[in-house]
Amino acid sequence: MIKKEMIAMLLAGGQGSRLGVLTEKVAKPAVAFGGKYRIIDFPLSNCINSGIDTVGVLTQYQPLRLNTHIGIGIPWDLDRNEGGVTVLPPYEKSQNSEWYTGTANAIYQNLDYMEQYNPDYVLILSGDHIYKMDYEVMLDFHKANKADITIACMPVPIEEASRFGIMVTDETGRIQEFEEKPEHPSSNLASMGIYIFSWPVLKNALIALKDQSNCDFGKHILPYCKEKGQRLFAYEYNGYWKDVGTLGSYWEANMELIDIIPEFNLYEEFWRIYTKGDIIPPQYISSDAVIDRCLIGEGAEIYGEVHSSVIGPNVVIGKDSVIRDSIIMRNSVVGENVVMDKAIVAEDVVIGNGVVLGCGEEVPNVYKPSVYAFGIATIGEKSVIPDHVKIGKNTAISGVTVPEDYPDGVLASGQVITAKDGDGK
Amino acid sequence: MRAIGIILAGGNNNRMRELSNKRAIAAMPIAGSYRSIDFALSNMANSHVQKVAVLTQYNARSLNEHLSSSKWWDFGRKQGGLFVFTPTITKENSLWYQGTADAIYQNLTFLKNSHEPYVVIASGDGIYKLDYNKVLEYHIAKRADITVVCTTCKDQSEVERFGVLRMNEDGRIEEFEEKPMISAYNTISTGIYVIRRRQLIELIEKAAQEGRNDFVRDILIRYKNLKRIYGYKIDSYWSNISTAESYYRTNMAFLEPEIRNYFFKQEPAVKTKIDDLPPAKYNPGAVVKNSLVASGCIINGTVENSVLFKDVFVGNNCVIKNSVILNNVYLGDNTHIENCIVESRDTIRANSYYCGEGEVKIVVEKNERYVL
Repeated sequence: MIKKEMIAMLLAGGQGSRLGVLTEKVAKPAVAFGGKYRIIDFPLSNCINSGIDTVGVLTQYQPLRLNTHIGIGIPWDLDRNEGGVTVLPPYEKSQNSEWYTGTANAIYQNLDYMEQYNPDYVLILSGDHIYKMDYEVMLDFHKANKADITIACMPVPIEEASRFGIMVTDETGRIQEFEEKPEHPSSNLASMGIYIFSWPVLKNALIALKDQSNCDFGKHILPYCKEKGQRLFAYEYNGYWKDVGTLGSYWEANMELIDIIPEFNLYEEFWRIYTKGDIIPPQYISSDAVIDRCLIGEGAEIYGEVHSSVIGPNVVIGKDSVIRDSIIMRNSVVGENVVMDKAIVAEDVVIGNGVVLGCGEEVPNVYKPSVYAFGIATIGEKSVIPDHVKIGKNTAISGVTVPEDYPDGVLASGQVITAKDGDGK
Repeated sequence: MRAIGIILAGGNNNRMRELSNKRAIAAMPIAGSYRSIDFALSNMANSHVQKVAVLTQYNARSLNEHLSSSKWWDFGRKQGGLFVFTPTITKENSLWYQGTADAIYQNLTFLKNSHEPYVVIASGDGIYKLDYNKVLEYHIAKRADITVVCTTCKDQSEVERFGVLRMNEDGRIEEFEEKPMISAYNTISTGIYVIRRRQLIELIEKAAQEGRNDFVRDILIRYKNLKRIYGYKIDSYWSNISTAESYYRTNMAFLEPEIRNYFFKQEPAVKTKIDDLPPAKYNPGAVVKNSLVASGCIINGTVENSVLFKDVFVGNNCVIKNSVILNNVYLGDNTHIENCIVESRDTIRANSYYCGEGEVKIVVEKNERYVL
């Protein structure tokens, strides 16, 4: 019988609606990050680097890009005869078929998948954090404490603690209490959404709560297990960990990679991050280019100026264009004489000549002020921006736009354009 | 598929100077991200030749490492695959490969056990893209016994490195000189051949019986009046890198937009082993002009008209000009490098000065490296 000590279940089905147009066509874990990676590369690489070779990836929202990226797991050495990576979408059952309605519900619907590996422990991960972590060390902690559930936690500044699920522990690390986004937090240990369950505990809890609607780990499973008197421990993690759930934190995490010695260092030999390396040629920097403080991906061609930016593979930046503080994802083409400040440009975007992006005053976005904030102009995947238009701050554009979409050639700060795709969708 | 492939990758050449001390020519890094053999291998894969043997002999460690998995070129299928043959001691033979024909003879079982009617023979030191099916179609249309892919040598002084040939109007090769000092002709063999598998077995066995070991001298030239040997001329980019000068020139050629576009952007793509390196990083102080930069590089200084291979570290105030810096080189602060090829895994101390005068200089500098 197949036996794996620990398997991982990676929750990658969420939309990540706070990333606005970036996740309009792809799930958040498939969003590009750091010049050549996608967010899901970090937990997947952590798995294989920690010696976990069996990973179920639960997908639901817009899974095409994720499926293509993961394939049979070759980039992460997760193409195995036994185990490896398996993409687990929701499926039809003979009775009550349903979507994944919550994090725990998604895992519950895949009990059979886990059962076939006969695991001792199950690691629950989410696909939207940037960090390097050795799950094996966490497992050792779990075993040493004879824990039923171990929750990875991180100390956060107490003034930010009210944004997180907070764990109150005793001196041994055993969890006494949870506070979900408390107004007055009594601890600063925030849950990172990473759990190790002893398999029988997880299985029993999932079955016991199978009729709970929108069954969620934080809201239902953990309280249920605690009430039953099971041993819940907080595993304190002190490395780099970043939730890239908002455009602001996504932008910031990318920018942090540019620092001379970044806190999160991709250049270390140890604990390498793997990704699907489908673009091979080196980048070309022309005689007219000016580049400083940048990360630039394979196959990019730079003819203009780029400062403090993260440029993805195969991006072309035209002559006399000036890019500052921006993120441009793979295959996008920026024309000539473009001025870009603090923008996030998704994949396969075409930006015409003479476009000014990220200009003017900062005004709150009129439709989604909490999403399109931080002064960032965000361009969705496969968008087209016509020549010589001006686009303000806190703006969003998706789809193929034409000059008529821009009154007087301007999209004022705080505005949004949602146009049709080139293929009419 | 109608053909199997053989890539001759055993060779060495003194004219590579220090560069061939540590690896076979076929494993030479090319254009920032590739190795020389990637071009022949990718051409095989892109021409749907699914079963390929690579014959190695000279210092194959780095080549074997590169070929440790065949998945990058999409070989490793149930049908076909990538085979690497180094000389082995057998009951009949305990010698190294004595020549190109002998290398094939020692692996004749590979040919005999295949069922595909044709064989494409290529060498591991050519930089080009070619659909071998087109050569095969020509070969069949001409009812040729052997077809030699040839091209025009642009620099007449270089003919001494190649086989020089003359064809008649029909394309049949009437004259063939191997590496002549001077020649009246400028059509040269690229070392790519198409031949019927049974014909090849017959010729190779015959040569072996007579103690002849060289494919060009003992088969092509010897049989040219007896067998129908045809030339297939290409005018697309082709370069042989087997001297230090041509190696340098070939890498520099990728700074030209047409050549870059031809190899990097146009289909079919050239494939190589993926190294999982992070994107290149430009720190304050980096000034980069007209250069190719591969992934994993960290640049703090000036780089002009140069090719930086993977994982190169350029220190503060460095000046790199007209140079080729191979994989995983560390250049200490204030280093000046001009007209050089810097050997891979070199560690150059701070304040060093290297400048190639007259000819390109090869820098081999193994110092202790203290890097985090």
